[in-house]
Amino acid sequence: MVDVNKKGDVWVFVESLGSKVEDTSLELVGKARELADELGVQVGAVVLGSEIAGLDERLICCGGDKVYMCQDPLLAHYQVSSYSKVLCDIANEYNPSIILFGATSVGRDLAPRVAARLGAGLSADCTDLQIGSHKDSVTGKTYDDILLQICPAFGGNVIATIINFDKWPQMATVREGVMKMPELDRNRKGETIKHTVNLSKEDLVVEILDELVTEKTVDLKGSDVVVAGGAGIGSKENFKLLWDLANALGGVVGATRPAVDLGYISEEHMIGATGVTVRPSLYIAAGISGALQHQTGMWDSKKIIAINTDPDAAIFDVAHYKIVGDFNEVIPMMIKAIKAKC
Amino acid sequence: MSYKCVVLIKQVPDTRAITGDAMNEDGTVNRSKLASIPNPDDLHALEVALEIKEKFGATVTAISMGLPEAAQVLREALYRGADDAILVTDRRCAGSDTLATSHILSCAIKKVGADIVLCGRHSIDGETAQVGPQIAEFIDAAQLTCVGELKDVDKNSITVRRVLDNGWQDAKAPLPCLLSVTDQANEPRVGAATRLMKYKNATTSANYDGDVNELREKNLLIEQYDLDQIGVDLSRIGFNGSPTKINRTQKVILEAKEVKEISPTQEGISAMVKELIEDHSIN
Repeated sequence: MVDVNKKGDVWVFVESLGSKVEDTSLELVGKARELADELGVQVGAVVLGSEIAGLDERLICCGGDKVYMCQDPLLAHYQVSSYSKVLCDIANEYNPSIILFGATSVGRDLAPRVAARLGAGLSADCTDLQIGSHKDSVTGKTYDDILLQICPAFGGNVIATIINFDKWPQMATVREGVMKMPELDRNRKGETIKHTVNLSKEDLVVEILDELVTEKTVDLKGSDVVVAGGAGIGSKENFKLLWDLANALGGVVGATRPAVDLGYISEEHMIGATGVTVRPSLYIAAGISGALQHQTGMWDSKKIIAINTDPDAAIFDVAHYKIVGDFNEVIPMMIKAIKAKC
Repeated sequence: MSYKCVVLIKQVPDTRAITGDAMNEDGTVNRSKLASIPNPDDLHALEVALEIKEKFGATVTAISMGLPEAAQVLREALYRGADDAILVTDRRCAGSDTLATSHILSCAIKKVGADIVLCGRHSIDGETAQVGPQIAEFIDAAQLTCVGELKDVDKNSITVRRVLDNGWQDAKAPLPCLLSVTDQANEPRVGAATRLMKYKNATTSANYDGDVNELREKNLLIEQYDLDQIGVDLSRIGFNGSPTKINRTQKVILEAKEVKEISPTQEGISAMVKELIEDHSIN
């Protein structure tokens, strides 16, 4: 178990693919910077892998103070047995106060196992992190400067704030895309620490027989304009109209879970509690009733246009522009108006 | 070779059917307003266990931790083909977070023994997806999360296809191993009518007035354990033993924005587009 260490740093477990740090990890470094500044401690980024040279520079430019480089051929492929061993060893050595993970396939696989071994608390799928205090209702004791881990629960119907004041480190997985990408500062200085890894072949428990890694072809998070459709679009063919509008605006097409489940569009387009969170300049929702599970993935968008035939659809509660009408008629009018203006 | 499979099944409120009247003013959920169901992913895990049983030979034990009412989800596992069922119920479980729950369930698993432990990828109420990996840690087993397909089981290992963010991975792990199963793995079977007729009478000893041995002989006993019977470390469970605590919960209240109603005519739409170009929402 790691002692409660108020002077401990704020750490990020870094995921990388090839010579690139994953966006999720950079977003976490940006958030860790804010938290560390508030606590008066430093940001540590922990990188595991076989070919990780150069990643430290980028992490420092994004806000890292110390980058722990754990380089070993046995870490070439992620697996929970080897990665959890290295991460627990290094956490026990340096005693961080907080460790953040992306809520990715890897983060969700690794973080719980590490938390179990360290006897630490872990919250899942956080959408915000803050520093604050907690008054224990049983003992009346107040704990200051602890991590408030804010996450949706009960299918997005409740927002819970989770804390962990006595069994440290405070650990959280954070949903992709909810933290802002930090600005790159090429003049930032930091320290690179080479951490010696103590692994043998026996630590690789799982044999990876085959795998397919596909590049994400849809950049939902990075787009300024998202045109999203729900079950109300009615068919795969009807989605074409949404693509036309997205093309006219230089945007991308998103979808709700029901639209994906109905086979109108592939899963990588899914926005919402179980998909991607987006915050574009303009979000156009067509044929979307506005279930909470979808709204949590898009309500931070700067401008929201909702098109629905049902004047009472919940999506209108979060919209800036309400259009009660059939998207089959409204979208061509929009395309026409855009083409006329540009 | 007969493998010993343990399937973990959680009784959950059907959060997919949540409506306003199921929410309390303070932002907590009034569980009594929601139907209790077996957690959907757990039924996919049960189906994988039954597949192992049918193709490779295995016994399937369903375990649930919860209130005495959770016996119902175990009955549903029996309808579908589980061989026996165990309910861990104890008032001292209350307030347990994922780590504490994992400790309790790992004690139950150790008591019965398992080559393959299966659970759903996540529950629809907690949605943390943490209990699987944490149990794997406590029973010192390999873990394969996000299982989308069972490939093979042999004497010492199990092979599955895992479904990941950007693709898939075929992985082989030694036994004992824990699998967390996704809804892509299979289509869970419905309970067989003959099994339903038989096991609807399955019950725990606490709910049975007659001779428990008689029930056991008929294979209608849902074994019930308290925390002492499975050797739980009481300092690691409940509210006090759980590392995470709840600071507050809030009902999601949607921020009312200033909404402008646009008429679905070319004039209305063009005026809106003009406004969006002027404020740089459209570039």
